[in-house]
Amino acid sequence: MDAILLQILNGLDKSSAYAMIALGLTLIFGTLGVVNFAHGALFMLGAFCAVTVHRLLSLDIVTLSATEKTAWGTPMEIRTPYAEAWFGDFGTWLIDWSVPVSILVAIPFMLLFGVLMERGLIRHFYKRPHAEQILVTFGLAIVLQEIIKSWFGANPIPQPAPEALRGMIDFGAAIGLEAGNVVYPAWRFIYFLFAMGVIGIVFAFLRYTTFGMVVRAGMADRETVGLLGINIDRRFTITFGAAAAIAGLAGVMYTPILSPDYHLGMDFLVLSFVVVVVGGMGSLPGAVAAGFLLGILQSFASMNEVKSLLPGIDQIIIYLVAVVILLTRPRGLMGRKGVMET
Amino acid sequence: MTVSSSSPRGDMLMMLGMIVAIVFGPIILAPFGAGYPDLMQKFAIYGIFAIGFNILFGLTGYLSFGHAAFLGVGSYSAVWMFKLLSMNVIPALILAILISGLFALVIGFITLRRSGIYFAILTLAFAQMSYNLAYSVLTPITNGETGLQLLLDDPRILDAPLASGDLPLANLFGLQMNSTYETSFLGMTLYFNAGYYLCGVILLVAFYFAMRIFRSPLGMMLKAIKSNQNRLNYTGVNTRPYTLTAFVISGIYAGLAGGLLACTDPLAGAERMQWTASGEVVLMTILGGAGTLLGPIIGAGAIKYFENIFSAFNESELNAVFSFLPDGLREAVVSVASTFVGEGWQLTLGVLFMLIVIFLPGGLLEGVRRILSLFNRPPGGGMEERSARVKSAA
Repeated sequence: MDAILLQILNGLDKSSAYAMIALGLTLIFGTLGVVNFAHGALFMLGAFCAVTVHRLLSLDIVTLSATEKTAWGTPMEIRTPYAEAWFGDFGTWLIDWSVPVSILVAIPFMLLFGVLMERGLIRHFYKRPHAEQILVTFGLAIVLQEIIKSWFGANPIPQPAPEALRGMIDFGAAIGLEAGNVVYPAWRFIYFLFAMGVIGIVFAFLRYTTFGMVVRAGMADRETVGLLGINIDRRFTITFGAAAAIAGLAGVMYTPILSPDYHLGMDFLVLSFVVVVVGGMGSLPGAVAAGFLLGILQSFASMNEVKSLLPGIDQIIIYLVAVVILLTRPRGLMGRKGVMET
Repeated sequence: MTVSSSSPRGDMLMMLGMIVAIVFGPIILAPFGAGYPDLMQKFAIYGIFAIGFNILFGLTGYLSFGHAAFLGVGSYSAVWMFKLLSMNVIPALILAILISGLFALVIGFITLRRSGIYFAILTLAFAQMSYNLAYSVLTPITNGETGLQLLLDDPRILDAPLASGDLPLANLFGLQMNSTYETSFLGMTLYFNAGYYLCGVILLVAFYFAMRIFRSPLGMMLKAIKSNQNRLNYTGVNTRPYTLTAFVISGIYAGLAGGLLACTDPLAGAERMQWTASGEVVLMTILGGAGTLLGPIIGAGAIKYFENIFSAFNESELNAVFSFLPDGLREAVVSVASTFVGEGWQLTLGVLFMLIVIFLPGGLLEGVRRILSLFNRPPGGGMEERSARVKSAA
């Protein structure tokens, strides 16, 4: 029981990331019909938003101490971040909470980036074959990751979680099992809650707002919506921006779990695509469900008991599931009948 | 269509051109700083890889994102042959072809049930599975992260026992792959390398074979599958055997390229199977021109050239290049340019690739053709004649 619970928990953080990226991919595919291979790069850009904000906040002034001396007898240098010098305790808090605070920066930045990307590049590829869409977004992904590499270097840059959230949560004790058996890092749980929140907001937005209604109608039949006199293109552009923002947010909050480096996006992209396909191209609930399903399956497959039974299974489980699903039920777990079924 | 017209004379000229280019490769490439054996071997090997990939992607229209798996399998089988049987390259290449062909048959049988993006994801999934397994469970066969290497106490049943304590080199009936004849010509050093000529001859054979496929009824069928598979199915043609044939052939090409990689440097690592490596061959084919005969070779050459030349550039060389500019301006130009060379050469590659996909979906060859058609406008000739002339020129 403990072991099963622990494996589910262990899979949660990755699953949440898969689910959010896959959700954005599906939004883009469902609305614009574009296969976006640069989505992983957007995830990475989000992560580097957090890095940038942290760096900006920790820019510091050097002052000379009046009392303390170094070993050489010169006055000791004291580095105070500007944020602290200007805002005092609030500044200290700001630096400590830099990762959540970056969300405020990441949302507008990623929205803008998504809109620019759609208007500047993707728009010209609606009518082109899927293969060319894949290729041009793949090229964009290379460009983005190389730019990040030349600015931030090739090494992972660790980002601390806020001090208050760095501890562990004792899950076993919370639900009445023996204490100390099922402990789990607090930040990962926060990440899961955050992902659920974002996913919930997206679904609520699509379900209960007029904008969302129009987007859903556009996903079903773009032409008819256009004929009704609605500017569907603009709404789809904003949807693209939103999808980019979701990927960015997923990236921002993931930084304390995995130190971001420039190929972070590529690592997640392949798996997210598998997730989208397993869930069903164009199905939003499918993307989320498949994200959690595959993430948790992967975590179970890496248990020692399973590994000794089927060596190597932890490495290939996700792909294996994808192959089986694609061959037996090509529209995916929750895909609509007739969408990309060949 | 991008596939050039099939006049026998044009084909013969193209073949002759290839022979000349390969025989005089060391002389032609030397002025570009690309005339050293290592790079020339890579040109030929990746040329083979891209030609094979083009048979699947350019001709049949199936975008595989997992072709590097066959390259890796070819490398592993060749190195195993070196370890067990003999350092002669012939058995190694034969085993590489056999194993990669079998592997392609199995994977193709499964993946070709789907087309389009599902096919791309399926091939990607299989390649990633092979890569992950090669790193973990299959370590006894692949030697995991270290990569499969030759050892001094390998059996090598057919070879004479080692005289010295050095590792043996791959050879062709005694002719060692790294033996090089150096000569000086117009102030340049030319390297005539045995390994390069082996790869070059195989590239010629591969190219000839691909040309025959392009011109054959099979090639016609593959083109038909690319342009409209549904219609073929409706007319009662079972397309699966044809697509499977194309898949296996291109898998064999990839395996052969992998085997040659092992011949020139007897080492096989799992990173050859990673999906970025599969992406690279897609880039090569698109860059040169998918669906054309020469395009993939040109694309492979261009990418390998950039990889070697651009990545070798550094700041001081850039300073020398831009030395004619005034100081302040030069620093600015150099700092911008330096993000595109050296470590950042892939940025150049990405930008170039995007530009090609956006503006020249037919690849570099289409660009050449467009430029040629500007100059080749016949005075009163009809469209037919003009396009025929342009095509035979390319």
